[in-house]
Amino acid sequence: MNLDAALQTYIVESRELLLSMEDSLLLLEREPDNADAINATFRAIHTIKGSAGLFGLDDIVRFTHVVESLLDRARDREIAVDDRLTALLLECGDHIGHLVGTAAGEQPADPAALEARQAALLERLGQFSPAGVPELAQSAAPPLEREAELSRDGGGPVGNGSWHISLRFGRDVLRNGMDPASFLRYLATLGDVVSTTTLCDALPPAAEMDPESCYLGFEIELKSEASKETIEGAFEFVREDCLIRILPPNSKIEEFLQLIADLPESNERLGEILVASGAVTQAELQHALRTQQASGDGKARVGEILVDEHVVQETVVQAALDKQKQIKDKRAAESRFVRVDAAKLEELINQVGEMVIAGASATLLARRTADGALHEAMSLMGRLVEEIRDSALSLRMVEIGETFHRFQRVVRDVSRELGKEIALEISGGETELDKTVVEKITDPLTHLVRNSIDHGIEPAAVRAARGKPAGGTIRLNAYHESGSIVIEVADDGGGLDRDRILRKAIEKGIVAPTQALADQEICNLVFEPGFSTADQVTNLSGRGVGMDVVRRNIEALRGSIDLDSRPGEGTTFRIRLPLTLAIIDGFLIEVGDASLVVPLDMVVECLELAETDKRAAATRHYLNLRGDVLPFIRLRELLVLEGEPARRENVVVVQFGGQKAGLVVDQLLGEFQTVIKPLGQVFRHLRGISGSTILGSGEVALILDVPALVQQAASRESEQTASVTQSVRPGMATTAIL
Amino acid sequence: MGALIKAGQPLPAERQAASEQQQYLTFVLGGEMFAIGILCVKEIIEYGHLTVVPMMPDCIRGVINLRGAVVPVVDLACRFGRRSTELTRRTCIVIVEIEAEGERQDIGVIVDAVSEVLEIQDGQIEPPPAFGARIRTDFIHGMGKLEGKFVIILNVNKVLSLDDLALLGQMAGQESMDALTAAA
Repeated sequence: MNLDAALQTYIVESRELLLSMEDSLLLLEREPDNADAINATFRAIHTIKGSAGLFGLDDIVRFTHVVESLLDRARDREIAVDDRLTALLLECGDHIGHLVGTAAGEQPADPAALEARQAALLERLGQFSPAGVPELAQSAAPPLEREAELSRDGGGPVGNGSWHISLRFGRDVLRNGMDPASFLRYLATLGDVVSTTTLCDALPPAAEMDPESCYLGFEIELKSEASKETIEGAFEFVREDCLIRILPPNSKIEEFLQLIADLPESNERLGEILVASGAVTQAELQHALRTQQASGDGKARVGEILVDEHVVQETVVQAALDKQKQIKDKRAAESRFVRVDAAKLEELINQVGEMVIAGASATLLARRTADGALHEAMSLMGRLVEEIRDSALSLRMVEIGETFHRFQRVVRDVSRELGKEIALEISGGETELDKTVVEKITDPLTHLVRNSIDHGIEPAAVRAARGKPAGGTIRLNAYHESGSIVIEVADDGGGLDRDRILRKAIEKGIVAPTQALADQEICNLVFEPGFSTADQVTNLSGRGVGMDVVRRNIEALRGSIDLDSRPGEGTTFRIRLPLTLAIIDGFLIEVGDASLVVPLDMVVECLELAETDKRAAATRHYLNLRGDVLPFIRLRELLVLEGEPARRENVVVVQFGGQKAGLVVDQLLGEFQTVIKPLGQVFRHLRGISGSTILGSGEVALILDVPALVQQAASRESEQTASVTQSVRPGMATTAIL
Repeated sequence: MGALIKAGQPLPAERQAASEQQQYLTFVLGGEMFAIGILCVKEIIEYGHLTVVPMMPDCIRGVINLRGAVVPVVDLACRFGRRSTELTRRTCIVIVEIEAEGERQDIGVIVDAVSEVLEIQDGQIEPPPAFGARIRTDFIHGMGKLEGKFVIILNVNKVLSLDDLALLGQMAGQESMDALTAAA
């Protein structure tokens, strides 16, 4: 086995476990009595510890052990679950995360600080130790369920809390130089021998008795903390010719059951499970297996044999059997998922992309022939290619819920730090989007959430004065809308203060004092570089590096962000992202010689540009769409394309973010599977074009960024109208680079 | 001549690189002979199927499909501030690989005609003149001496600097917008 690979798996799994533990802890914070949550936390820590042991990560084992014992007692209700405990456990979780990171080879930022924190955490963990709260420990500990005495036990009764050892010495023990009494003495060193019953049933009449033979048997009650293995070890030298049965105390049965339940799920054989839990020793198992083989037909089961031989109680075997089944079920469930290297997936999607292009080119060639059968074959191919494309892309789709859930912690930590009471509501977690997009959206989202907590939600006193509930709410929502995914971060805070934003913008020279701005434009100023309205800079946000970075990150994903703010009611940030970065359904249009692609999900309908609208286009750029005003953009003008407009012009009606607009084009060429090819560094400042694709003919077509185009047209128009009153802008110095 | 060549002394590092690179591809542009180091030339293709990208400066002609990859094409004459290249039967696109910020990017360069691959010894390369070539001096790696004539060896990473090209694109976008605003 490649240990490095296994270690990687361990690290990945540990991080997942820590995340799920965090979720459980946050749940516990709200519902301190939730037993499932405590158990889940315990299991997570237990598994991390267990696996860390396998890899010899002693640091992790040592620390998690302390946490685990604390959790164990919390689980037994020996200590109460309160805020103090969950807060401490959350910090412990973070610390374990750091330890795992160190194991993964990451250099800790400050090893000394890490150690100091560990020491501090250990001390706080120690405060929960039994010595600190003895009376609680006693009152809260439930009495262990005492099992009825083992009916099938051939020996004496099983006393509570003590081991029961049945010894039947072999005849030749004395001849072999062993003294039975010495074993009893040795047992006494392992613990407290409660009682010893000497059995002399085997003793023959005195006349037949051989004084060199041993006829004695013993039933011993031993109170000991030693494991079964150790006790068995005491009889190492006589095991061969003696009959030894060691029955664990009933209290131990509980422990075995627990151990069996907590075992890492790797052993599949019953015997192995029992040995791993310590209920059966290796020697006992070997013996039972030999018995099984000896019985010949192989029908006897190991569990039954073990019970028949009184080496283990039936309940323990039952628990092990359950565990075995559980492992099998889990195996079955696991086999439904396959972990795949992301690079392989990337490769597949690229290949599918090339296939789509090649398919388009083949279809184009087929159309030129009059071969009906070929047409049919090509259309069937086309459909299959489309299906393969969709399945390939869906492989990379993940639900956004997991990302959202991480914010529970962010909200909790940040709101505590600020002394605000804030709840996080999540909806639309099942919305799917491309994994690469999910990874890149986390940072901007974190910033927005922190920003809402810090600046959006008012302090409790202010809220009370405004007649709002003292606790604020932040909502994360996601949904699909016309080929994009929309992610909303909303708060019920005070909303943006327009006057202050404007004042600040003028102060920083972002806008001129004379400039008249619409409400929405003022709000959007927060996305300008170097802008921050916070009067008081906190360590969370408000350094003025935030919002413009957020916008830049989102635009890098071909997305957009806007906001909606109502004074006194709150602010909603809306992020709009493309579903995928690889292949989309496009709508192919032509303006002059240029082929252009509009994302199909944005296209609502197409219509011919009426003669009257065409004639009026010099003065107005809108038309009457069944009673609604539809502003339109002449792509030929906006993109500065050459050539005269075609005699018949068409309008493609597009919709995005609740806004409708028309694009005036020459020709409509229909749907087209569009494999997005990035345009590269040279075109990074190009607005209105989001990428390119390759047509069936081998030519390159450009993909329109519709929202950016509309925004460009709008800002151009507002500049034109403004330029009537304002002086001419200074010209750009363009010769410097040439 | 000696007085004129002072300004553009190549840096020692550039000399170092040049000593390993002795083969050059020569081509004709506006009747003049240029050369680029052969190591950064990936291939030479026939001109055709170019897609114009709107709102870009004249020196960025558009993009082509190079076996599935979309590659920008630069009009070198325009980049030198001359008239844009007229298309003829012999017009070619030289695909050049450049490196910027650790990433490799292919860029196509339009030339009137490709001549040949030549060996030019280091000793045969003169530093660029301070002026007179009518090209920005930092574009010129050196002047190769060939049978008594000079051939301008270009510094590809400067001529095709991605940052410069992107900046040109940004300004062209602004300009086209200003022009439209002014026209209205």
